Amino acid sequence: MSGHTVPADISGHMLDFDEDEDLEVFSKNTSLTDGDPIPNSPGSMVNQYRLEEDEEEQQQDGDTKDIFVTVDNPENHITALETFIMYRVVTKTTRSEFDSSEFEVRRRYQDFLWLRSRLEENYPTLIVHPLPEKFVMKGMVERFNDDFIETRRKALHRFLNRISEHPILSYSQYFKVFLTTQELASHKKQGPGFLSRMGVTMRAVANSVRGLRSRLDEFTVMQEYVEDFSNKIGIVDKVTQRIIKEQREYLDDLKQYSPTYFQWAESEVELVEPLKGVGSCVERCTKETEEQIQHLSEVLVPALHEYILCADTLKGVMRRRDNIQAEFEAKNEAMGSRKNDEEILQEEVDNLADRMEQANNALRGDWSRWKTIMRTDLRSAFVATAEKNMEYYEKCLAVWESFLVSQRGESTEQREEEHAS
Amino acid sequence: MAEDGKEESVASSCDGSDRTEPDGSLNHTVPGDGSSLLRRMEICVAEAERRSGKNAVGMQETFTVYLIETRLLESVDGRNPPPDSLWRRYSEFELLRNYLIVTYPFIVMPPLPEKRAEFVWHKLSADNMDPDFVERRRVGLENFLLRVASHPVLSNDKILYHFLTKEHGWKEMVYETEFQAKADSRLRALNATFRVRSPNKPLMETKHYSDELQSHTSQLLRARTRVADRLYAVYKVHGNYGRVFSEWSAIEKEMGDGLQSAGHHMDAYAASIDDILEEEEHYADQLKEYLFYAEALRAVCRKHELTQFELEMASQDLVSKKQQREELATGIVRTFSFKGMTNKLFGQEAPEQREARLNLLEELIAEGEEAVKDKTAECEEYVERAWADVLRFKDQKDKDLQEALINYAHMQISMCKKGIQIWSNARECFLKM
Repeated sequence: MSGHTVPADISGHMLDFDEDEDLEVFSKNTSLTDGDPIPNSPGSMVNQYRLEEDEEEQQQDGDTKDIFVTVDNPENHITALETFIMYRVVTKTTRSEFDSSEFEVRRRYQDFLWLRSRLEENYPTLIVHPLPEKFVMKGMVERFNDDFIETRRKALHRFLNRISEHPILSYSQYFKVFLTTQELASHKKQGPGFLSRMGVTMRAVANSVRGLRSRLDEFTVMQEYVEDFSNKIGIVDKVTQRIIKEQREYLDDLKQYSPTYFQWAESEVELVEPLKGVGSCVERCTKETEEQIQHLSEVLVPALHEYILCADTLKGVMRRRDNIQAEFEAKNEAMGSRKNDEEILQEEVDNLADRMEQANNALRGDWSRWKTIMRTDLRSAFVATAEKNMEYYEKCLAVWESFLVSQRGESTEQREEEHAS
Repeated sequence: MAEDGKEESVASSCDGSDRTEPDGSLNHTVPGDGSSLLRRMEICVAEAERRSGKNAVGMQETFTVYLIETRLLESVDGRNPPPDSLWRRYSEFELLRNYLIVTYPFIVMPPLPEKRAEFVWHKLSADNMDPDFVERRRVGLENFLLRVASHPVLSNDKILYHFLTKEHGWKEMVYETEFQAKADSRLRALNATFRVRSPNKPLMETKHYSDELQSHTSQLLRARTRVADRLYAVYKVHGNYGRVFSEWSAIEKEMGDGLQSAGHHMDAYAASIDDILEEEEHYADQLKEYLFYAEALRAVCRKHELTQFELEMASQDLVSKKQQREELATGIVRTFSFKGMTNKLFGQEAPEQREARLNLLEELIAEGEEAVKDKTAECEEYVERAWADVLRFKDQKDKDLQEALINYAHMQISMCKKGIQIWSNARECFLKM
């Protein structure tokens, strides 16, 4: 956990957050030797402080949280060319970096995508919470279906909250812009060039690299964990979906079952009460089953789904970390064969080495943070599911017991009648 | 189980397990020797065994035999009499029942357990040789014997007594009664369609009710089976959680223990459905008994229709013969008759011939009146006895089914309690994640 004296945050170390330019973390030209000392701006020092605190608490709790974001009020937005949903994003904050304490903007899904890709570009080895899927999942009718919109809204809300709770990402310029700027379009124009530039770099590296020389054990372990986790969480999700499917079929048959008691009661005299009693017990249990299925769909399924997406995010993070290392190794190797530019190359190699070191540190810090959050999230989802199941059985139990009580009451009545006559 | 103190406690099975008892204290029928067989003798179907032997056409076959144990309740010479036992096949039970149906057509005959497994949810084998099926059949056969032996009328039957006590030669005894001939004619008659002018209203209402009972119980059984199937699937899928949690726990440090133990509870949950559904099968069996009882009830009503029809036919016949006599005596033809026609065409017959015919008619009329008198008495007696047993049956049915429904509620409660316990345990484990 804590024990790092060097903050895992590379950006705070190297650059000032309040700059408006794109953060050119990966540009080969950025280096410590450019003359910039480690900035001692209040901003970065505050960040460092916050980081240490976070490493102990692993995330901001209610007391220290100073930024609150909500996503709500989805509305249809119609233009000449297309129709889409706009969500309202409300921010309340006491942070000094913000000009005001409250902001309200409208954002569409694409805007969230933009934000996330900016964050990933700039913090390649930080774990950026995933967004809900772009495309409609199979089985859904249309993307304007109410359930789909609500599910997406919740996921978008969770996404922004995760970002706002992140000790580094929440201070990203892009995040601030996303939350505060009315017209995002102009800001979105910047960046793509950078992105494609980075892509070129990546590809060049990929072409020259024959594989990593020596990955540190800890990252190999991480990689393996990510693979396994991804596999396991996928299975848990499948099992859960299967349970829901079987529960739905059970529900359908239950709905056919209770009427058979009522129908039979119509041709009986003495048995009317017990038959109707059992019939209505089955009816009520059917209702409870319906609620239980809903709970499963609304609590456990989204949680599992999110972590399936997280697993993919982690895979991306591991890949990018590997690439950073690969870039360094390639340059390092190349150094041996070009004696002439040795001095310049040495500089470049050193920069890449630093970059790699910082990327690794960033990942390390965020890794334990992520694991803790994952543990909390999944634990509470499973606990909630278990509690709902307990509640289901408790309610059904009460229903059947009250039936027994009514039957006992009736038989005592009958006996009293017989004694009287 | 009867809670009323006033109801006689009748000896049930030899192994002491609980049985549903028909009400032995109500006695609407013609009294036999006053005490039903079951009061004098303990009866149980203790075991089942596989046997093989040659059948009627000389082919090798495997079948199951059931051990019937009996023990007289009164002590002889101060000592407790030893138990007696013999083996019977299902087909012998069928023979007994067929004999009883023919001999006591006015009794709503207790049914045998089903010949082939019907309304079984898929996990339960439909195979007649399956041990669970055999066991449930054993219980059903015992139930049949107990019902018959405690019936105020049936329990006095000699063939029944010998069924329980005379292993060899019993079949021959049954065939000697020549019930088979009656059985065949009865079957033919029951399947025929005929119109009855004035059947006994209460019995006809009962026939209508028997149709309803049959329809409703079979619908319920079918629906319950489907529900059981689905529930089975739901529980079993949770077993997959058990496996994946176990695998997942291997890659986690802090979460590992919680996941692993939660997985065990998921396995327990998946396993728990087997016992739950097996118990519910008893409930299904109780309902099935009344599904088959509905058929027996209907048969009693149909037999009345048959008897009434025969009476009406005999009366009809008598009326027409009397009319013929009148025509002959007075010479006035009231209704069209072939004889009348030929008389007109060829002239009337000679007085001697008329005399002869009149005498014959008188004889036939006398016979016919005798027949109608007998048939009327038969009909009345049948209605009286049948109605008495229908009432007895209705009381028994109400009591049994109410008990069955209450038992069902108990089963559901037990299932819920189990569910609460398992998920509570799972929750504890999840909290440790």
